[in-house]
Amino acid sequence: MATRQTMTAGRILVAPSVILLFAFMLAPLVRTLYFSTLHYNLLDGSVPQFLGFQNYVDFLSDPNFIDSLVNTLILVLSVLVISVGGGIFVALLMDQQVVGLNILRLMVIAPFFVMPTVSALVWKNLLMNPESGFFLWITRSLHLPAPIWFTNWPMLSVIFIVSWEWLPFASLILLTSLQSLDLEQQEAAVLDGAGAIPYFFYIVLPHMARAITVVILIETIFLLGVFAEILVTTNGGPGDATTNITFLVYKQALLDFDVGGASAGGIVAVVIANIAAIFLMRIVGKNLEA
Amino acid sequence: MGSIELQQVRKSFGSVNIIKGVDLQIKDGEFVVFVGPSGCGKSTLLRLIAGLEDVTGGKIVIDGKDATERGPAQRGLAMVFQSYALYPHMSVRNNIAFPLKMAKASKEVIDAKVARAAGTLNLTDYLDRRPGQLSGGQRQRVAIGRAIVREPSAFLFDEPLSNLDAALRVQMRLEIGELHKTLKTTMIYVTHDQVEAMTMADKIVVLDLGAIAQVGAPLDLYNRPDNLFVAKFIGSPTMNIVKGPSADKRGADCVGIRPEHTDISTTAGEWPGTVRIAEHLGSETFVYVDVDGIGPFTVRVDGEAPLHASDRVFLTPRESRLHRFNAAGARIAA
Repeated sequence: MATRQTMTAGRILVAPSVILLFAFMLAPLVRTLYFSTLHYNLLDGSVPQFLGFQNYVDFLSDPNFIDSLVNTLILVLSVLVISVGGGIFVALLMDQQVVGLNILRLMVIAPFFVMPTVSALVWKNLLMNPESGFFLWITRSLHLPAPIWFTNWPMLSVIFIVSWEWLPFASLILLTSLQSLDLEQQEAAVLDGAGAIPYFFYIVLPHMARAITVVILIETIFLLGVFAEILVTTNGGPGDATTNITFLVYKQALLDFDVGGASAGGIVAVVIANIAAIFLMRIVGKNLEA
Repeated sequence: MGSIELQQVRKSFGSVNIIKGVDLQIKDGEFVVFVGPSGCGKSTLLRLIAGLEDVTGGKIVIDGKDATERGPAQRGLAMVFQSYALYPHMSVRNNIAFPLKMAKASKEVIDAKVARAAGTLNLTDYLDRRPGQLSGGQRQRVAIGRAIVREPSAFLFDEPLSNLDAALRVQMRLEIGELHKTLKTTMIYVTHDQVEAMTMADKIVVLDLGAIAQVGAPLDLYNRPDNLFVAKFIGSPTMNIVKGPSADKRGADCVGIRPEHTDISTTAGEWPGTVRIAEHLGSETFVYVDVDGIGPFTVRVDGEAPLHASDRVFLTPRESRLHRFNAAGARIAA
C-alpha cells in the first residue's frame, strides 16, 4: 500500500515512540539483568560483587519459589475461571431488557474503576472483617460458625477480591460480544428448534469464543502481577500461603534489601510471564484468526 | 400438508398498526409471493406466520389446526432469511444438519438427509467449508438446504435474493422455481421486486399499508388490477394515469393505460405531445412524452421506432386495455 516515501515518513514519525519505548523498557531491563548478576545487598554494606548466575540458582532453588509459583498459578487460574464463567452469566443477564438497565450496568461495571488497594481495603475492613464484617453478620444470622477469612482461607479470600475486580471487565467485553450476535441468526436457531440450552452451547458460546480469548489473554497478563491486594490484606501470609512470584520479589527487594536476588527473581518472573503468553497464544490464540 | 389460512390477522407495535386485518388462504403446494413497497408490512406478515412475532389479533391456521399460540419451531415451517443467517462457526454440513440435530435425529438419518440436500443444491463439494468461504449464491443455497432437511410443510422466504448481484439473482430465481416444482411444497416468498413476483408466483398478494390490496395470479393482477395502487405497482414501466376530460369522457375519475397498450403516431391521435427522451434498448424503446395538458407519459414501442427528443407525436390508448378507476381508486367494471 505504501510508496517508499510514505514508508520513510512513517518510520520517522514512529521513531519517537519507538525510542521512548526502548528507553523506558530496555534501560530498566538491562539494568535489572546487570543487578541480577551481582551480590548486592543494602544491609551488609559491602561493595557489589559479580556472582554470575548464583542469584538465579539461589532464587530457583529457594523452596519459597515453587510455593509462590504454585500460588501464582492457583490465583490466576481461579480468577480466570470465576471471572470468565461469571462474566458470561452476568453478560447474559445484562443482555435482557429490564427497567433501570443503564443504572444496573453502571453498578456492574463500577468495581473495575475502584483501584486495587481500595477494593482490597473494602473487602478487608467492611466485608471480611472478623469482628464487624458483613460476611460475619451473614454467617451469624444463619447460626453458622464464623470464619476468620484471611487466617482460615487466605488464598480463597484473595481470589474473591481479585475476581470481584475482574468480573466487570469480563462481563463488559462479553456483553458487547453477545450484543453483536446477529438477530436473524437467533431467529433461525429458534426456527430450527434449538431450545435455550442448545442455543447457548451451539450458537452463543462459539460466537463469544473470540471475546473470551481476549478476556483470558488480557486478564492473564494482569493477574500474573497481582500485588496490591496481597500487600493490603494478607501480606503474603499466613506463612507463604498467599505469596505469589510478584510478592516474593517484593519481599526480597524491600524486606530483605537483596537487590541482586530480587533482580534475578524479577527476570524469572518476566520469563514465566512470557512462557505463559506463548502457551496462551498457542492454545487460544487461533480463535483470534478470522 | 401445507395449507395456511390467515383470519383477520392484526399486528400493532405500540399504537402503530402494521397489519390491519389480513384474511388469506394459501393452498397446499402453492407458490405465494407477498409483494409491496417497503413498509407495507409484508415481512411482518411473514414473521407472524413463522411465529417470530406474536399476533395482536386474529388466527393463523396451519394444516387445519390453529397455530396462533404455537412456538416457531412447532409450526413445521422453515424460513430463509435475507441475511441467510448461517451459523458462521459451523461447516456447511453442520449448518444443514443443525435442525436435524436439534430434533435429535440419528446420525445415519442426518448424514443421509444432508447428503441428499447437498446433492439437490449442488453443495456436495462445499460441505466441509465454513459459510465465510462461500460466495453469496452458495450461502443462499446453504440457507435453503438448512430449510429443506426439516421437510417443512411450508417454506418462508424473506427477500432471499436482495443481497445477490443481478445475474445471480436471475439464476437463483430459476433455481428456487425449480425447487418448488421438485418439492411441490407450499412456499411463501416476500419481495419488493415485482419481476420476482411476476415470474415466480402462482398467486401474488399485493400489500399496501398493512392491508391486502389484491390477491390473484400474476397476469390477473396485470390485466385486471382491482385498484389504482395495484395498477401502479404492477408493471414496469408503471401504468400511465390520466385524469381530466379524457377520464370524464369515459365515465371515470381517472383512467390507466400501460405503456405497451398505447399507440404512438406522428400524424394523428387522441393526445398530442412532445417526445422528451426516447430510450432505445434494442429490443424495445421507451418513449417519455410530455402530453399537452396531461403531463409526463411513458410509451413502449418496438426497438426500431424512429423517434427522437422534441418530436411531435400523438398518443392513442387501446380502449379494450384501458383501466377505469373511481374517485376512491377502485376499479370500475367494464
